[in-house]
Amino acid sequence: MKAFTVEQGIVAPMDRANIDTDMIIPKQFLKSIKRTGFGPNLFDELRYLDVGQPGMDNSKRPLNESFVLNQPRYQGASVLLARENFGCGSSREHAPWALDDYGFRAVIAPSFADIFYNNCFKNGLLPIVLDDAIVDQLFSEVAATEGYQLTVDLSEQVVVTPGEERFAFEVDAFRKHCLLNGLDDIGLTLQEADKIKNYEQQRKAVTPWLFADV
Amino acid sequence: MGKTLYDKLWDAHVVDTRDDGTSLLYIDRQLLHEVTSPQAFEGLRIAGRKPWRIAANLATPDHNVPTSAAERTQGINGIADPVSKIQVQTLDDNCNEFGVMQFAMGDQRQGIVHVVGPEQGATLPGMTVVCGDSHTATHGAFAALAHGIGTSEVEHVLATQCLLQRKMKNMLVQVNGKVGPGITGKDIVLHVIGVIGTAGGNGCAIEFAGEAIRDLSMEGRMSVCNMAIEAGARVGLVAVDEKTIDYLKDRPFAPKAEQWQQAVDYWRTLVSDADAQFDKVVEINASDIEPQVSWGTSPEMVVPVSGKVPALAQAKSDVQRKDWQRAYEYMGLAPEQSIESIQLDRVFIGSCTNSRIEDIRAAAAVAKGRKVASSVKQAMVVPGSGLVKAQAEAEGLHEVLLEAGFEWREPGCSMCLAMNADRLGAGEHCASTSNRNFEGRQGFGGRTHLVSPAMAAAAAIAGHFVDVRTMVEEA
Repeated sequence: MKAFTVEQGIVAPMDRANIDTDMIIPKQFLKSIKRTGFGPNLFDELRYLDVGQPGMDNSKRPLNESFVLNQPRYQGASVLLARENFGCGSSREHAPWALDDYGFRAVIAPSFADIFYNNCFKNGLLPIVLDDAIVDQLFSEVAATEGYQLTVDLSEQVVVTPGEERFAFEVDAFRKHCLLNGLDDIGLTLQEADKIKNYEQQRKAVTPWLFADV
Repeated sequence: MGKTLYDKLWDAHVVDTRDDGTSLLYIDRQLLHEVTSPQAFEGLRIAGRKPWRIAANLATPDHNVPTSAAERTQGINGIADPVSKIQVQTLDDNCNEFGVMQFAMGDQRQGIVHVVGPEQGATLPGMTVVCGDSHTATHGAFAALAHGIGTSEVEHVLATQCLLQRKMKNMLVQVNGKVGPGITGKDIVLHVIGVIGTAGGNGCAIEFAGEAIRDLSMEGRMSVCNMAIEAGARVGLVAVDEKTIDYLKDRPFAPKAEQWQQAVDYWRTLVSDADAQFDKVVEINASDIEPQVSWGTSPEMVVPVSGKVPALAQAKSDVQRKDWQRAYEYMGLAPEQSIESIQLDRVFIGSCTNSRIEDIRAAAAVAKGRKVASSVKQAMVVPGSGLVKAQAEAEGLHEVLLEAGFEWREPGCSMCLAMNADRLGAGEHCASTSNRNFEGRQGFGGRTHLVSPAMAAAAAIAGHFVDVRTMVEEA
């Protein structure tokens, strides 16, 4: 996994609540057996005017010019700003894969759906929860200034505006450690193999049916 | 202080707790399907890792499989969509390579993973159950700690049999009293989501309790827990009672002989203690619940069938006002339009929410002696597994449905998410027993209305939404 330390980038605003993972990456693209290549189909139904299918040449498809990611001022954005309950619905990890593949490194919203939030950390993408009022302020500032950028500093746990305002955010210490260092958590868990084996032995004595083979 | 059911399940599975409060949780069962597992197996191969306990995993293809009998007779080779075919083939190859038990296409036990697990007794009370699918919450109906995970976590569970977790909050949804005749688990859960909202359960494990929940069959409880995720909660739970135990007796993977009694004794402890503390409690009067119909593009946009599309003035905030405006437009509905005036183009009865035998029976009871309205282009019934299909056929339900003009399909996820050929056309309204009414979920531009199986069958007959209770009284 790639590490996340400090990211400064253009902010793309999506002013809606309950952005679901079907919207982030529609189901027809889940048929891929790879982890990469989902970026061109991020928000496919909002981004293009035609119906997208796997294998299409996306550069030739008609764009919905009014969609935020198609507007010239937001090209190259790496921070996504949205409203509450971002990432609700399906557990598809293709959603953070698509955001990452497009070039986003952080998503800021007042709240996130649990599974999506969790999936982000496995992929070097940082979900940041900020209060409604701060998110409101950021939406206003983004609208007012073309090329608006935010700086996200994970080790300091702070989002910094161009006006040098600093907004602190929370993140689990372990997740932060993994993200800062780009650590693969399977390897870390396997360091505790003895504890897992001990657990299995104790549990097998009490609830043996749980260890029957399927 | 007493423990909640969730506390008990959690405590029984903690392998280790770190300083920051995250825990390593042991996983008893992993269910696998073709969409969210290929990258996990690939990850194991690249890292040269071996599965920790492969016999804890059970796989079946469901999302991509065609539901037409013609395509199904040829197995994987019969899948017309080449991309879907590769994905199903990849699951088959991975199961063979790693030695995972699979109910492949052509096996009568194949079906939707959340129907198959309980049906086989592969889901048991007191287990931790995970699957790369958010509707894994379904299995909580058996007092199993079950939730959806992403593909990286599927790989993590394959490699370590554990998951890194932070304990959720305890939420109790208490449905007091009895529901009226004709009200199903689906109506209860849609009503609950309407009350608490799609983020109402974020960060929580919801335990559903109260007389109305106790009165539900295991199938009804599965429908309720299935949609916990639509209320934002990864986990839905119902405590063990005699119905739980009766359902599991003699299932293929349920414990046998002396282990059965040992297991049952343990299962009976899987209830919240009387003095357990919940972080959040929501009380619902069962008698308030009418048949529910979703009108918009989020499961919280739901009203009783006798109701109307809400007016903008009823919105609670600017954000909700914008959401509703977008939903009116997408759904092609006007504020204050009556729900019964919505004309249907298609009807879908199926999905991990409502494709079990009780659901098929409910649809057939409404369809019996009636005909699907000529204005309805298609009304399909997709059983949740080959075994549900066989059971329904043994009861003659397929004949009732076919006679009424419904299609009788092969098992799979089908039009719930339209990864196979079953889908809506742009602008089409569908009465659907599935779980999500998101934009484009059932096909680009498709307009989904979430309902119970009886309500979907009634809508198919009438051609528009109608209170199924009036039709049952007629009959």
